[in-house]
Amino acid sequence: MFKQWGCGLGLNNFIGTTLYLCTYLFFMSVVIKVDNLSKKFKDFTAVNNLSFTVNKGDVYGFLGQNGAGKSTTIRMLLTLIKPTTGNIAIFEKNLQTNRKKILQQIGAVIEKPDLYKYLSAYDNLSIFAKMSGIKPTKQLLMNQLEMVGLAQRAKDKVETFSQGMKQRLGIAVALVHNPDLIILDEPTNGLDPQGITDIRNLILSLSKDRGKTVVVSSHLLSEIELVANRMIIIHNGKKMVEGNVAELLDPSKALIQLQTTDDSFAQQQLQQTKWIQFLQPNTTKLQLVMPKNEVPQLITDLVSKNVQLLSISPMHALENYFLSLTNNPTTHVESAAN
Amino acid sequence: MWNLLQIELFKISKRPRTYIAFIAIAAIVFIFQFAFKADGQSYMDLMLQSVKDDFTFERVKAINGYFMCYIILNTLLIQVPILVALVAADSISGEANMGTLRLMLSKPISRSQIIIVKFIAATIFTLLLLVWMAITALFLSMFIFGVDDMLIFRVKGDESQILQITKDDVMWRYFAAFGYATVALTVIAALALLLSIFAQNSIGPIIATVCIVIVCTIISNINVPIIDNNVKPFLFTSYLVGWKGFFYIATTEDGEPIKGSLENWPAIRNSLLILIGHIVGLVSLSIIIFKRKDILS
Repeated sequence: MFKQWGCGLGLNNFIGTTLYLCTYLFFMSVVIKVDNLSKKFKDFTAVNNLSFTVNKGDVYGFLGQNGAGKSTTIRMLLTLIKPTTGNIAIFEKNLQTNRKKILQQIGAVIEKPDLYKYLSAYDNLSIFAKMSGIKPTKQLLMNQLEMVGLAQRAKDKVETFSQGMKQRLGIAVALVHNPDLIILDEPTNGLDPQGITDIRNLILSLSKDRGKTVVVSSHLLSEIELVANRMIIIHNGKKMVEGNVAELLDPSKALIQLQTTDDSFAQQQLQQTKWIQFLQPNTTKLQLVMPKNEVPQLITDLVSKNVQLLSISPMHALENYFLSLTNNPTTHVESAAN
Repeated sequence: MWNLLQIELFKISKRPRTYIAFIAIAAIVFIFQFAFKADGQSYMDLMLQSVKDDFTFERVKAINGYFMCYIILNTLLIQVPILVALVAADSISGEANMGTLRLMLSKPISRSQIIIVKFIAATIFTLLLLVWMAITALFLSMFIFGVDDMLIFRVKGDESQILQITKDDVMWRYFAAFGYATVALTVIAALALLLSIFAQNSIGPIIATVCIVIVCTIISNINVPIIDNNVKPFLFTSYLVGWKGFFYIATTEDGEPIKGSLENWPAIRNSLLILIGHIVGLVSLSIIIFKRKDILS
């Protein structure tokens, strides 16, 4: 296959393409690979057979309503919680057997940025830098505090800080040892609009300017939409959808919902057409993610097959997409736009 | 590990509650010293009431620095476990309560290391408490009351005894007694550390530690043969006051004290080994449980 491809493209093109692919693959190396991850707390399944991958340089959005299993998954990535089943590989190493090495390269803010309230911002940063395995200089610590706008408050105790200041200090703690992977669990919680913008810009800067991989969880799609290039939506511990945000948000595509007099008949008719490829599986309602310009043709085809349409509802925005998925507990979509 | 221990000691040193124990000890010792300076004679009269016909000695010199320290230790070493629990029971639960536990455990540090470092830090705190007790109860008392031969009042079986230790034979006994007390109180620290793993705030493990110490102490003091033989040997509280053994001097057949001797060294050694066994067991259990624990705080 490679030979045919090479002949067809010409040798120079082949070498060029190969180099491009190698470069692409190098930069797109997998940072996190999660396979069939599950976590049970007695009878409650918090995470259910979850699989996803995060590539190098991604800003990976981790979306779900409160209680969806985001924090449990993130805690498993940070070895705070032991999975019931499944595997986690980070930097292509098994997390359980290479815990120390892997955690040296991770910085995290987990839910609230709780720090030692009776210590100063400087002392907190210094302590966690040392715990991360580095010997921080005063210059490094002050630069880090400068970056999050807390240099003037370096010697003040954290108990005197606002929630936003604590959040910024938490991010400084996460970044102080220059990790390759940054995990931010609900980083904009409790922040004012300016704080939210600052965090958003910081996340984008970490990815674009410093080549970091960032996993950011949120229950707000609007947040993820603005920073992430790839995302996963989880609900009741299950993956609902994973893919490129751009594709999921592609204005040329639409998520439509059909209401008919007989949905099972409509589904049977769809199975005999090309439209079946767009049908979302395991949903109680007929939902299709498809090119917007082909919707009229779909309607024509359905009518020609005697499907009696009651309504057709387009849901363009990711917000609606998210709501439609998470409001329907039986929905389970695998890598819709991967 | 050293780096982590430095961090732990730094954190302990910055917490106001750490100093409560030192202030409490100083206050109790000063009250004792003041009371004895003001009216020590009455206490001596009361204490020697039952044996005054059998013994003759110069009473004024009986209240000296060595004697004072012994009296203070007798009272204080029962209360100090509470002060040790105050810090040790906060080790893990305090971090969980503040939310720093999850951040700490997401760093490249093993959970075993964290428990060991927390335990060492609690042991150092216990040691410092005892050094502080030595400074206030022993050295300050020596300064206030002077030094002389030391008298020990003891009830052995049905008979009362007064043991006299010459002043040049006392100091090493105190060093040994403080060393023993450090080991005994470290058991409390290890117990508090174990209990702190299960809690999200430090109040629960502090109260639980104190309750366990109280219950076990009461059981240790019940004189019923079935408990004596089957329960007491396994309770750490049965060995907490073993430090007194260093002041029970051996005597000749004529009842003359033998300088530099101990009445029952094997019993002291066995007590020490049992206490160390408790420490090893409790810390090992802490490591095993903590390694398996899901951090949900």
